[in-house]
Amino acid sequence: MGNVISLDSILGLGELKAPAETPVAAASGCVSSSCGSSDGPADMDPAVWEKVKNHPCYSEEAHHYFARMHVAVAPACNIQCNYCNRKYDCSNESRPGVVSEKLTPDQALKKILAVAQEIPQLSVIGIAGPGDSLAANGKNTFKTFEMLQKKAPDLKLCLSTNGLALPDHVETIARYNIDHVTITINAVDPEVGQHIYPWIFHDHRRWTGLDAAKILHERQMLGLEMLTSRGILVKVNSVMIPGINDEHLLEVNKAVKARGAFLHNIMPLISDPAHGTHFGLTGQRGPTAQELKALQDQCEGGVKLMRHCRQCRADAVGLLGEDRGDEFTLDRIEAMGEVDYDAEAARTYREHVENERAGRHAAKAAAQAEVVETVGDTVQPILIAVATKGGERINEHFGHAKEFQIYEVGPKGAKFVGHRRVDQYCEGGSGDEDALDTVLSAINDCAAVFVAKVGGCPSKKLEAAGIEPVDRFAFEYIEESALTYFKDYAERLSQGAINSRAGQDAVIRTGAFTARRA
Amino acid sequence: MAYKIKASDCTACGACEAECPNGAISFKKGAYAINPSICTECKGQFDSAQCASVCPADCCVPA
Repeated sequence: MGNVISLDSILGLGELKAPAETPVAAASGCVSSSCGSSDGPADMDPAVWEKVKNHPCYSEEAHHYFARMHVAVAPACNIQCNYCNRKYDCSNESRPGVVSEKLTPDQALKKILAVAQEIPQLSVIGIAGPGDSLAANGKNTFKTFEMLQKKAPDLKLCLSTNGLALPDHVETIARYNIDHVTITINAVDPEVGQHIYPWIFHDHRRWTGLDAAKILHERQMLGLEMLTSRGILVKVNSVMIPGINDEHLLEVNKAVKARGAFLHNIMPLISDPAHGTHFGLTGQRGPTAQELKALQDQCEGGVKLMRHCRQCRADAVGLLGEDRGDEFTLDRIEAMGEVDYDAEAARTYREHVENERAGRHAAKAAAQAEVVETVGDTVQPILIAVATKGGERINEHFGHAKEFQIYEVGPKGAKFVGHRRVDQYCEGGSGDEDALDTVLSAINDCAAVFVAKVGGCPSKKLEAAGIEPVDRFAFEYIEESALTYFKDYAERLSQGAINSRAGQDAVIRTGAFTARRA
Repeated sequence: MAYKIKASDCTACGACEAECPNGAISFKKGAYAINPSICTECKGQFDSAQCASVCPADCCVPA
């Protein structure tokens, strides 16, 4: 089987570690609406939980354990968006709509089977472009899924669309058992939409301006309703564009909730002149980390929010936050000859996660209950940056982290609220100093950074910046550690030993994903 | 009369091939190309040339 990824590398331990023994009686369940694991089975229809529990994009918990793969079989698109330019194809770039290689359905199938053999965490196959998966009649998309379903029926199928052609394909989507569909909806008012979409191609002609935005909006809403009425889970993606649709996204959240969307993913605009997009060239800025978080917080209570999106490429492979696409290029796949599919390793891995899960839910709830009991609710929540490579553990060295996961922990519990990339840009400078400054600006709103290990020099710099480096929870679970830290933090705060770190902001880093850091 | 594709601007997305009512477009040497003897410019079929209307790179133009 060759180079099977070791589970140790995910769990960060020498052996599969059983979840900490926790008396289940101590778990009082969710104490508030901001329950730590907001996407657990406790607050979900069992049928829905069954669908999402192994899907890294639809379940925040699953994203610590499961990998997805996008196959780039759908290059054609039927609309133009002001944040998109697919002509630019730097192989080091990471953003939706960009790929290095376009695949035929046959090549895609072979690639999927090859990846499934190497990565037992793989649970989902998505088609997200690089154009629109349903443009050009969705021919390649459905051909790929048809073949895949026969060869590897245990993999979940998932597609992503702008919604324009969606109503024409809902029947086919249902027929292929595609039970996860993502629609990108940036506006529910054509007055807003016209500033985002210069044109669409619909009913054999090109539409522009208000007409285009109106048709797109109507088709999106119709498609969304048709999917949800069939029980297909819909995630809505929205790009947050300051000054254009930022406040309006509250309306979008309400509108898609009313139509039964399962999850709302508000993503920051990726905008760089080097990408050649309209927004990039006209200087439209993206939001800051706190602007994005503030909007997401305002939407709480509406459709559940996805905060763990990595805005990955249309050919990404691996856990969210990593891309192993380079290991599976077309040349390498072609050289492999016939690839057999054996789901045994994946089955073993899924069983392991299933066993670990039950204990995890109880342990988190217990740790949360303890904080609720001991910390007064006047203490402001804090943000903590975590270096992790998966498995819900603090298992990455500070200097090796390509991203930090951000947890908000307060008197009501701990929850994942986002991630910050700290890899370098292909156009950017280099050098250790720059790299450390990149990290500091990306996690500047955090009170602490949890790591498996950290060197003396970066430690001093972190402390000087007011961010406490913490390695005493190395290889422990993230949420429990965050809660323990918060209890201690609250105590130190009450003794006047430390100051609170409110009002800081951080920079959202987008652009080229180079998977390396000094 | 016929349309042509400026190969240097073509992103090879294939949107035009799917829309052409005459099957005049095919993939050749890294880009799509229009067979001028089959292309009708969509006259009598649609209000506008379908390839030009859907092309994201605006590279389908009158020959």
